[in-house]
Amino acid sequence: MELFLTLITIIMTAATPLLLAALGETVTERSGVLNLGVEGMMIMGAVGGFGGAFLSGNPWVGILLAIVAGMFMALLFGILTLTLLANQVATGLALTLLGLGLSSLLGEGFVGQPGVKLPSLYGIDPLILISFVMVGVVSWLLFRSKAGLIIRAVGNSHTSAHALGYNVIGVRYLCVLFGGAMSGLAGGYLSLVYTPQWVENMTAGKGWIALALVVFASWLPVRVLAGAYLFGTISILSFVFQAMSLGIPSQLLSSLPYLGTILALVVISGNKALTRRNTPASLGQPFVPDR
Amino acid sequence: MKKILMTAAAAAMMLGAASASASAEALKACWVYIGPIGDFGWTYQHHQGLEAVKAELGDKVETAYAENVPEADSEKTFERFAREGCKVIYGTSFGYMEPMLKVAKKFPDVKFEHAAGYKTADNMGTYNAKFHEGRYVIGQIAAKMSKTGTAGYIASFPIPEVVSGINAFMLGAQSVNPDFKVKVIWANTWFDPAKEADAAKVLLSQGADIMSQHTDSTAPLQVVEAEGKLGFGQASDMIKFAPKAQMTAIVDNWAPHYIKSVKAVMDGSWKPAQVWSGMAEGEVVMAPYTNLPEDVAKMAAATASDIASGKLNPFGGKITKQDGTVVDAVDDGMILGMNWYVKGVDDKLPQ
Repeated sequence: MELFLTLITIIMTAATPLLLAALGETVTERSGVLNLGVEGMMIMGAVGGFGGAFLSGNPWVGILLAIVAGMFMALLFGILTLTLLANQVATGLALTLLGLGLSSLLGEGFVGQPGVKLPSLYGIDPLILISFVMVGVVSWLLFRSKAGLIIRAVGNSHTSAHALGYNVIGVRYLCVLFGGAMSGLAGGYLSLVYTPQWVENMTAGKGWIALALVVFASWLPVRVLAGAYLFGTISILSFVFQAMSLGIPSQLLSSLPYLGTILALVVISGNKALTRRNTPASLGQPFVPDR
Repeated sequence: MKKILMTAAAAAMMLGAASASASAEALKACWVYIGPIGDFGWTYQHHQGLEAVKAELGDKVETAYAENVPEADSEKTFERFAREGCKVIYGTSFGYMEPMLKVAKKFPDVKFEHAAGYKTADNMGTYNAKFHEGRYVIGQIAAKMSKTGTAGYIASFPIPEVVSGINAFMLGAQSVNPDFKVKVIWANTWFDPAKEADAAKVLLSQGADIMSQHTDSTAPLQVVEAEGKLGFGQASDMIKFAPKAQMTAIVDNWAPHYIKSVKAVMDGSWKPAQVWSGMAEGEVVMAPYTNLPEDVAKMAAATASDIASGKLNPFGGKITKQDGTVVDAVDDGMILGMNWYVKGVDDKLPQ
């Protein structure tokens, strides 16, 4: 039983950064913007979070700075793609490269410094709770609020939304910034809770996994939750199986989280109509107001 | 057409040579790293070696490096360095072997050295350290300090260097406690702090109370520190990250090799060799023994000095493999190509 509880805690820690980043990207993509720079925003969040906590001694300042760092990167992406109409795919990739480079530059002085860990409440760290709350908030926002209706309208047909008088660019800016804040928070989770330290490239591809989860979860927050936890569970269980030495090849076990998550999400995406209904129709298309 | 290309190549090479000689005769030595310098592990130590070369040779040497170079991109990087006038290029990952071999054939005038590999060419040698010597020492410490009689071992990839490390650890542990157990998790990565931390947490939950790692980040040691268990640093002295948990660390000291090698390239005496040094040459160093009772620290220090003096060979004597067959004597070649476990390792070696 104790082992079971320990494993649950490990799995939650593994799933939370993916969940946070993927939730943010879900909102961004729902508004029709494809931001491939999640990894870059996350790593900036990680360095910002560590820096804030290290310099102030208060991990909550770190969390705040992580969010700000992610939003800063998102703002940059917004200016380039929404105002200057640069290609979203190329800009997103560039944002990742920029984030990786800039974070190692900014973090040079933090390397090798002992980290400040975010205190946990009764063994559960507050960000896990926040991540669950955010699933509810994002679900409600997208599907139960007027704002969500506008966001989805902008994402599905920006010309129609514009014709109805909505500020397409403004809505997209807000959604991109929300995505940045969540990615930054996910990065901060890595450097303040998961492994309280700063090392270059410490996201190690988690942003890309979060990005893939969004698509496989058909842009539905509850499925994002399921995907992130499935991924976390399989990756931890693959380690457990190894430690128990059941004789399953470790290479197979290492690829299981990817295979398992893809398989599960493909199966639940079997409903074609549902997938089509949820795919933002203007995803990745730049919007030029005609007047 | 071929002729034109060759003339062009020759011209380019002459141009390259001219521009190199113009820059005050300094020899350019270049490093290609698999990870970030800030990993405080493997790559950090190689970079310390670069710094040592700079400090030792001053103006006579010009250095350059590229960090975070994945195996798939390494060929481009080697080639770029060769074109930029590097006279000797060091590559620090096992996976760089084939790309480096390819580039070495293209640039016969440039010397190449590959860490941890086994293939050589007329202008390409290998160098590595006998890390397994240190692993034997920490195996002994683990067996002394463990209450559960089980250690966790986070491994990267099933290559000979890692496998021989696990074996040496096991042999060291068995020399103290013949029933000692080692649980192995293959993380299939050299550097992924979160994944390494997960592996450490899982191993602790499975009854291990001592952590050893052959991956490069400090994350596992931090987990051990947080859980109040004990562990060992990898490649660098990681005491800063785990002041209450690190018992010692196997420190790679590449400085002597790099200085010797760069000097050899300078005076023209460089030859493609397979350099393999250990404690005797000061290339494998144990970090200060901390968080240990005095008798255990003494035992460890004695073992290390016996290995350095040649009195003790971690793979000396008869060794029983996992499948029960007995090897009479393990020679260097067998260690460098090791693809089997010794008896007692609680894992199936990935093939």
